[in-house]
Amino acid sequence: MGLKSKDLLDIQGLEKDEINLILDTAESFKEVTSRDIKKVPTLRGKTVFNLFFEPSTRTRTSFELAAKRLSADVINFSVSTSSVVKGETLLDTARNIEAMRSDFIVIRHSASGAPHMLARQLKSSVINAGDGSHEHPTQALLDMFTIREKKGMIEGLKIAIIGDIIHSRVARSNIHGLTKLGAEVRIVGPPALIPMDIEALGVSVFYNMEDALSGADVIMVLRLQLERQGKNFFPSLREYAGLYSLTSDKAGYAKEDVMIMHPGPMNRGVEISPEVADGLSSVILEQVTNGIAVRMAALYLLSGVG
Amino acid sequence: MNILIKNGHIIDPSNNLDRTADLLIEDGRIAQIGQNLSVTPDTEIIDATGQLVVPGLIDMHTHLREPGYEYKETIRTGTLAAAAGGFTTICCMPNTKPVNDSQAVTEFILHKAASEGIVNVHPIGAITKGCNGIEITEMGDLKKAGCIAVSDDGKPVMNSLVMRRALEYAKMFNLPVISHCEDTSLSEDGVMNEGRVSTELGLRGIPNASEDIMVARDIALAELTGGHIHIAHVSTKGAVELIRRAKEKGIHVTAETCPHYLLLTDEAVTGYNTNAKMKPPLRQGGDVEAVRKGLQDGTIDVIATDHAPHAQEEKEREFDYAPFGIVGLETALSLILRLVEEGILTLKDVVLKMSANPARVLGIERGNLSIGVHADITIINPHTTWVVEAANLKSKGKNTPFEGWKMRGRVSAAIVGGRIVFRV
Repeated sequence: MGLKSKDLLDIQGLEKDEINLILDTAESFKEVTSRDIKKVPTLRGKTVFNLFFEPSTRTRTSFELAAKRLSADVINFSVSTSSVVKGETLLDTARNIEAMRSDFIVIRHSASGAPHMLARQLKSSVINAGDGSHEHPTQALLDMFTIREKKGMIEGLKIAIIGDIIHSRVARSNIHGLTKLGAEVRIVGPPALIPMDIEALGVSVFYNMEDALSGADVIMVLRLQLERQGKNFFPSLREYAGLYSLTSDKAGYAKEDVMIMHPGPMNRGVEISPEVADGLSSVILEQVTNGIAVRMAALYLLSGVG
Repeated sequence: MNILIKNGHIIDPSNNLDRTADLLIEDGRIAQIGQNLSVTPDTEIIDATGQLVVPGLIDMHTHLREPGYEYKETIRTGTLAAAAGGFTTICCMPNTKPVNDSQAVTEFILHKAASEGIVNVHPIGAITKGCNGIEITEMGDLKKAGCIAVSDDGKPVMNSLVMRRALEYAKMFNLPVISHCEDTSLSEDGVMNEGRVSTELGLRGIPNASEDIMVARDIALAELTGGHIHIAHVSTKGAVELIRRAKEKGIHVTAETCPHYLLLTDEAVTGYNTNAKMKPPLRQGGDVEAVRKGLQDGTIDVIATDHAPHAQEEKEREFDYAPFGIVGLETALSLILRLVEEGILTLKDVVLKMSANPARVLGIERGNLSIGVHADITIINPHTTWVVEAANLKSKGKNTPFEGWKMRGRVSAAIVGGRIVFRV
């Protein structure tokens, strides 16, 4: 089997089998990335455009490396949102890129749904590299890959996601993916950072860390956007950190073999303490490594080459 | 020219008419209603057998966009769309460029409407200068120039004292104050209803409370001042309940809703459909039920369109950046006829909500088929089936969420002051 859509827009639209297919495929690509010569000719002659409307180093580089290791040509089309304000619409920008015979457009955009709009209008495969507060499907895929790799399976695991859920595309993608694969997902944070009716997505909501983390197999810490300060989501970083920062004390509520994850970039001392981030339970850097294999898998499967 | 509308099912709640008869128009006015009327040989005869003959529909909430945004709509195209939708009278909101906050702009609109429009146009003046919510307009002048109400529609008057003063001042001129109820500090940069769907789509939400709070405030101010508040585009259960209670207390409040709040929920936004983006936003099932109930029990007096045309390139954008608003003139009647089919409304209710009541709310002498009044008449074939295709709309705006909907019932003719302005 392959993927049903030409695009990878969100995890919500993927079936369980499709998620597993991507994860399985990523396993073989991970083997490729650990070779001495980390390159296969699979996507030779294909062109990948990275279209990033928001600053990103990690994700853009990861996509670039993934494409290069598959021998595709990669163009980084760096656009600031200001150039859009100057007049050209996103759709026109994308149509121009397609006129250069793109095969893939990898897009990150601050507006939720921007990749979906492009996907409807373009023949190229559109990959969502993060849209607003909506989804970040490849991040969730690499998170699921990492969990599966470490824990053997995802079904039945208790997974807690901490922090700014309402603004987090990482949280939404993981919630969809992890629940599809049978995990028990808990989210925890102050009420203003928990979006309305999120229980409908099959998660349980906690405001208290001890309740949320007790017995957890995996803890995902989200980045707290520092610009949320002063908007009354919470009174101060100090109080936020006191309540929700993942310290070793709080991590102690979870299972002994708990695995700590963070999508990066981290605010050390805000949402996560340095000793936890760098501790033995942390897989934060492995997440980054796995990101390349997962993105190779996504590009490969969408290309239909197989 | 005289016109005889033969053998139609005439529905005119104002005159308690609900029967098959002929209707004769002479010199632009309704001359006679009766059986087998005899006419002069030069009379044009419209056979309305099997069709509904009703007082011309009145839309008290239209955005004509002219002056200033002629690329979205003009008085010409807007009135063409109105006629095709069965509206013989429309009231245009003041959020043009410049804002209709002066006699000069009102006169410009009326002049254009007289020379290029094909249906009656009544301008609505601004509540505050520039719709900025700070200083009230010269409502006496606006009324003299031809405005029939005031509104800052598109924006609320956030300052309660300004709203109080507006209600007090408008009262002198018997001008209804039409309120766009939205607490902008709560709705902030929200783009759709707040709930499960906004959570899934990762779009910023607008809670019901942002509407309910302002409805409650405006009712309190209407009670305080004795002014007439008309609540525009009611979309929430809470607003319906507040208005119902206010009416029970005898406060001078009237209200309207729009077809989309009766037929769509926020699920319509799924897939980031910018043609389902408007303010107030599409709400949830419980709200739709409550608004329907409010319409049935008379809490909501009027069905208006909030026709808000935008250019295609404006809507073909990221959801966050697309403007709020949808077109409505050409789909409203057929959509409301669905509610008749569903047993929610009677045909008489439809005529009340879309003609007689808006006339009453605005104090204009239309919305009935009394002998001697201007012959504004809509003829509806309730059996015509058709499919909404945005490309075929007469409006410049193609931004409809009802694309592809199968409809039953359509306007077959619209007559304004005895002139046939639309005919299939």
